[in-house]
Amino acid sequence: MADALLHVAGLCKRFGGIVATDDVTFEVPDGELHAIIGPNGAGKTTLIAQLSGQLTADTGRIRFAGGDITRVPAWRRSHLGLARSFQITSLFLDLSVLDNVALAVQAHAGHSFRFWRNARLETGLRQAARDALEAVGLGHRAEARASLLSHGEHRLLELAMALAGKPRMLLLDEPMAGLGPDESARMVEMLASLKRRYTILLVEHDMEAVFALADRITVLVYGRVIANGAPDAIRADAQVRDAYLGEDADV
Amino acid sequence: MTLFVEQCLNGLQFGLLLFLLAAGLTLVFGIMDLVNLAHGSLYMLGAYFAATFTAWTGSFVFGAVLAIAATLLVGMAVEVIAMRRLYGRDHLDHVLGTFGLILFFDELVRLIWGPGGRSLAVPPWLNHSVAILPGIEYPAYRLAIIVVTLAVAAFLYVLVMRTRIGMLIRAGASNREMVGALGVNIKLLYTLIFGLGAALAGLAGLMQAPILTVQIGMGENILILAFVITVIGGIGSIRGAFVAALLVGFIDTMGRSFFPQLLGDLLGRQAASTAAPALSSMLIYILMAAILVVKPQGLFPAGSR
Amino acid sequence: MTGALTLRNLTIAALVLVLALLPLYVALTGDRFMLTLFTRIVILAMAAVSLNLILGYAGLMSFGHAAYLGIGGYTVAILCFEGVPSAFVQWPAALATSALFALIVGALSLRTRGVYFIMITLAFAQMAYYLASGTARYGGDDGLSLESRSGFAGLINLSNKTTFYYVCLVLLFASIVLVWRLTNSRFGMVLQGVRSNEARMRAIGFPTFRYKLAGFVIAGTMCGLAGALIANHTDFVSPAMMFWTRSGDLIVMVVLGGMGTLFGPVFGALALLFLEQFLPAAISAVVHPFDPASAARAGEFWQIVLGPLLLVVVLFARGGIDGLLGALSDRIQRARKGGHG
Repeated sequence: MADALLHVAGLCKRFGGIVATDDVTFEVPDGELHAIIGPNGAGKTTLIAQLSGQLTADTGRIRFAGGDITRVPAWRRSHLGLARSFQITSLFLDLSVLDNVALAVQAHAGHSFRFWRNARLETGLRQAARDALEAVGLGHRAEARASLLSHGEHRLLELAMALAGKPRMLLLDEPMAGLGPDESARMVEMLASLKRRYTILLVEHDMEAVFALADRITVLVYGRVIANGAPDAIRADAQVRDAYLGEDADV
Repeated sequence: MTLFVEQCLNGLQFGLLLFLLAAGLTLVFGIMDLVNLAHGSLYMLGAYFAATFTAWTGSFVFGAVLAIAATLLVGMAVEVIAMRRLYGRDHLDHVLGTFGLILFFDELVRLIWGPGGRSLAVPPWLNHSVAILPGIEYPAYRLAIIVVTLAVAAFLYVLVMRTRIGMLIRAGASNREMVGALGVNIKLLYTLIFGLGAALAGLAGLMQAPILTVQIGMGENILILAFVITVIGGIGSIRGAFVAALLVGFIDTMGRSFFPQLLGDLLGRQAASTAAPALSSMLIYILMAAILVVKPQGLFPAGSR
Repeated sequence: MTGALTLRNLTIAALVLVLALLPLYVALTGDRFMLTLFTRIVILAMAAVSLNLILGYAGLMSFGHAAYLGIGGYTVAILCFEGVPSAFVQWPAALATSALFALIVGALSLRTRGVYFIMITLAFAQMAYYLASGTARYGGDDGLSLESRSGFAGLINLSNKTTFYYVCLVLLFASIVLVWRLTNSRFGMVLQGVRSNEARMRAIGFPTFRYKLAGFVIAGTMCGLAGALIANHTDFVSPAMMFWTRSGDLIVMVVLGGMGTLFGPVFGALALLFLEQFLPAAISAVVHPFDPASAARAGEFWQIVLGPLLLVVVLFARGGIDGLLGALSDRIQRARKGGHG
């Protein structure tokens, strides 16, 4: 098999007595949109955190773009092309929307030991930031203070910041968390448009979105992978229905 | 040999005294997440109250009991008036607000008791030496301090590990919101915990008074040590505070006694006499820095925060 | 569009003017005390500006910043004591020792967070305090006097109080300009991002430690220069300069003046030192009509007011003086707009 872009093998993580990640193995080929689903407490966010580097796995390996990144710090993974969005909005609330994205651009535009020139006048940074904002439809809010945005706009900003660093792969942790039906539909459109350009690992609860977007799905329950495969196969899987989708799942 | 035993006991006594101070600090810190720089002021008040009440009543014990009660009341008043508004805020706010309280209390004490400080004598019935080992005598008063603080430590252990309130304290140290959600009167609990911390600080202050000092600003000096202990031991952990306090007490006392000599043997008289005083004082901070580099959460980090 | 003529900006302009023209006032009135007081204010304002860089902009609560005043000061004093009175050696040395101390302290402390960071910076400052206190050769607890002020080979005479004042003032303005450029640069954006959300900064690809350390060293070095100035000002250094409560005073100045603003630290230093100087007299004046006998004494206890005042500022006026000016400016602007509407 061709070397997948992301390859996770035997990942384990314990917190005291609790096993959050239990021997998780799966892979994501280049260009795929791979969804991770499972009930609350299944360890989905913990898994993402280990992939992006906020947490270090106890055992197991993570390979990305051919290199072992298991012990690589989070900031360096970003430079390798792995970008993450957060389930609980994590922005620079006291800065402007444009400043937020510009920082994400700046991180990938050489070093920041520049002490004299005004960073807000660097056209390279500002333009790339505006482009990322336009791409998610927030261009008109560029000058607003981030704290003043609606929740839906925050989720879009999360996405813009992940995109700003021109990553190869996106780790999206519940991008639709807390969105109403209209906003959710728009987010699904947005994600669909990103599908072929980026490899995406998507954690989501919204089953309609998942089955509409995903090429393959991994199901996580109590930190363990109980199923892995194409959407139809997952829908039909008895174990999955028991654990998560429910008897009358009709998506 | 005698000197060694004596300094060991001094180290123990100092460590236990520091534990009283640090226990209150770590409790308030661990449960209310409150950085209280004014803790040293309560220590100072305990000493001043004791000096005054002992003079009024003519009895050290009576004076001590009244002083602890007074410090407890002041502590609870401070909690209700000032501390309540700081809960949940940035640590910077705590630091600034309680720093302001230090200024306030220093001036208040100056207003009430004058700038000159006070003295408190060792009670006559403890003013003798006890032969703890054949040929080795140790001041009875210092032994009394050791006994009292060990008793308080035991009481704290029982309180925290075996009573309902203790359970709430331990739960609060792990997860504040949950305790509130359980319907416990959080406000009252916090006031009581703060009061307990204040009483412990006051007790420490009054007990050291006959040996060391009763003066304005005495809190600022010892507060740092108490914080160092809290940090080394792990915030919120009384057990950690106990171990760290003894460690700090020993190292500081033994260090000041024997380090200059040790340094002299290593570096020669001249070099040692210049470096020793400074280095002895710095030992504690070097210890803390070293521990934090290896274990940034302290020796016994409490709960999940 | 009202542009830059806001109350806040006008106040800042007035402040700059007052500071620049002070020696003229002193020459006219002969009030030399004001010159001494304002020199002290300007030097401490510079120290506060340096602390504001890491506290206000980067969110690093260092409780050991006064140590750099001591380190810079002692470097100058010790070199003077050892027969090196030249500023061309003393001042770069003061910068170098401060930078080195900041590098070591920062490298060890910045790995911790929150209150642990506060404690460890405080501990290092106490170490510096005890080092100075325990070194008999340089005066120990009694401190060390300077035989002469730093010599600039006759080019600048620091013994002339007016000249010295202007040297300090120029350095204060230079440090403000430096902080202004720094905070708007790429480097400054990183610091602000760290203050806002360090975890996100790391997630988007910034190795935050090295930037925090750089900021820490810059701030410490700047404060070391202020220390060299203060040694010259008082012709004396002592360990007490570095005691942790002095670091507390610096933090108070930064917060009182308005954290994360350019001129906030200057307002803060001015406010604190003015309060220190004039609050006793003000209190005496207030008490006098009621009880003339104890009026004088009453002034002594000014810190009883200062303490709770700090608490009030923390609780209700978090933006400090700069914040209040900003709020007032906004009110005035809105009132104007409403009036013309």
